[in-house]
Amino acid sequence: MSNASDSTIAAAAPSSSATSAKPVPHLGRLDFVGYLRALGGIVRRELLRFFNQKERFFSALVRPLVWLFIFAAGFRNTLGVSITPPYETYVLYEVYVVPGLAVMIQLFNGMQSSLSMVYDREVGSMKVLLTSPYPRWTLLLAKLIAGVSVSIVQAYAFLAVAWFWETDIPPLGYLTALPAFIAAGLMLGAIGLFLSSMVRQLENFASIMNFVIFPMFFASSALYPLWRIRESSETLYWICEANPFSHAVELVRFALYAKFEPLACAVVIGTGLAFFTLAVIAYDPGRGIMARRGGPAGAAN
Amino acid sequence: MNPEPSEGAALDIADVSHNFGQRAALSNVSLRVERGSFTALLGPNGAGKTTLFSVVTRLYNNQHGRVSILGHPLDREPSRALARLGVVFQARTLDTDLTVAQNLFYHASLHGIARRAARDRIDVLLNRVGLADRRNDKIRTLSGGQSRRIEIARSLIHEPRLLLLDEPTVGLDLESRADIVGIVRALVREEGLSVLWATHIFEEISAEDDVVVLHKGQVVARGLAGGIGEAGESLETTFRRLVAEPSKAAA
Repeated sequence: MSNASDSTIAAAAPSSSATSAKPVPHLGRLDFVGYLRALGGIVRRELLRFFNQKERFFSALVRPLVWLFIFAAGFRNTLGVSITPPYETYVLYEVYVVPGLAVMIQLFNGMQSSLSMVYDREVGSMKVLLTSPYPRWTLLLAKLIAGVSVSIVQAYAFLAVAWFWETDIPPLGYLTALPAFIAAGLMLGAIGLFLSSMVRQLENFASIMNFVIFPMFFASSALYPLWRIRESSETLYWICEANPFSHAVELVRFALYAKFEPLACAVVIGTGLAFFTLAVIAYDPGRGIMARRGGPAGAAN
Repeated sequence: MNPEPSEGAALDIADVSHNFGQRAALSNVSLRVERGSFTALLGPNGAGKTTLFSVVTRLYNNQHGRVSILGHPLDREPSRALARLGVVFQARTLDTDLTVAQNLFYHASLHGIARRAARDRIDVLLNRVGLADRRNDKIRTLSGGQSRRIEIARSLIHEPRLLLLDEPTVGLDLESRADIVGIVRALVREEGLSVLWATHIFEEISAEDDVVVLHKGQVVARGLAGGIGEAGESLETTFRRLVAEPSKAAA
């Protein structure tokens, strides 16, 4: 292929006059196959960056394990969990909390991806992505899928370690949970993508963490079943019910026991689509943040 | 895929204006880069060069005017236009934690190039920029000039016919600067590549180059570098006169 194109270049070279340069085929493809190559490249880059940053891998793993080993062990006697679907018997608190912690990894990862989008914008590598010839929404989707791939590696690494902790997940559950992790990861990644378009500078990111991650995580069914919250506050219960993170946790919780929770699935997919649409609008060169704020940082020269 | 139109300039910018709120960053800018030519876009900092590049690369929406790349209008055929465009941005945009090859493969994938074809192309380009032996080194171990050469190799991976470079030699020593200029001029001479080179460094421009002088978002002069000034006037003197006059007039 390169030989052919080299000869085409040679044919078009110096002697040709200004307007008679021979048409030169584009080395890549602009069709769906080409897009899949672009998607593969974007996912590969994200995974390479992730595995290059070993601290990131371990901190992503340590955080939920600390919750599981310390927090859950401490609370197992005070927070008994009664029989609620998908569980068919009384379960230990450690068992209850595992799905929530796995989705917490995805929540942190979604925000981490969002942080790296802001970083990419600041250092300019976002420009390289956005000058790819594929439609912009497909590039953002590829970026989203790349982030989800990383989050799924992390979530399964956590489940592998948690397996030694009598988490009672049936073997089939690890397989049936995969689509749920993909859906939850896409939703949390889309929220992160949208937030990345709202944050102009990296320094502002800490406040996002405080205002998004912690309320989303604590006001959810990740750490305690919602019926327990309802006993203490009806308002808080409805806040938790409205929190899409609760639905992501429940979708994964049911899937880990090879069960399907349709409401959670609908909320997760709907929320994901809504935030992805907002992110696409925000990254549109004509309408969104790029136009209003002078584009990728440093470009308004 | 439709063949590339053989008519039309490599880059045709017609009457382009761009505003940030009330501030006009570009006002009725028109310029052409003919196929196989080296055109210098000369302007002081803040002249609007980077904004113009952002419009041409579609990072900004084209608010007013028309942009065509090799006969493909950017608004109607953005994919075909961008597929034939290579860009070296002013800011460094390589992934410093990844190797040279990983960066180049990533960029090849962004243009839908198969891995094997990309491998062949990367070999050719690394030889071209004289860095074949650094293929598996991380970007952070390269010097500024070497990184720039890799960025040029990256911008050429998809065989673009138009290359935009936004002040590519800023911050480099004299030798690295000469290397970069030499590589790009060889591409024009030997491969018929069309180049738009934004700069404010006069030494990078030859007398036979087309020059467009941009100042405060407007084209204030254009022509052959050796001929845009008054008789006996150097390009630098002409440039200083051109960018000084409007402010004096305003004052």
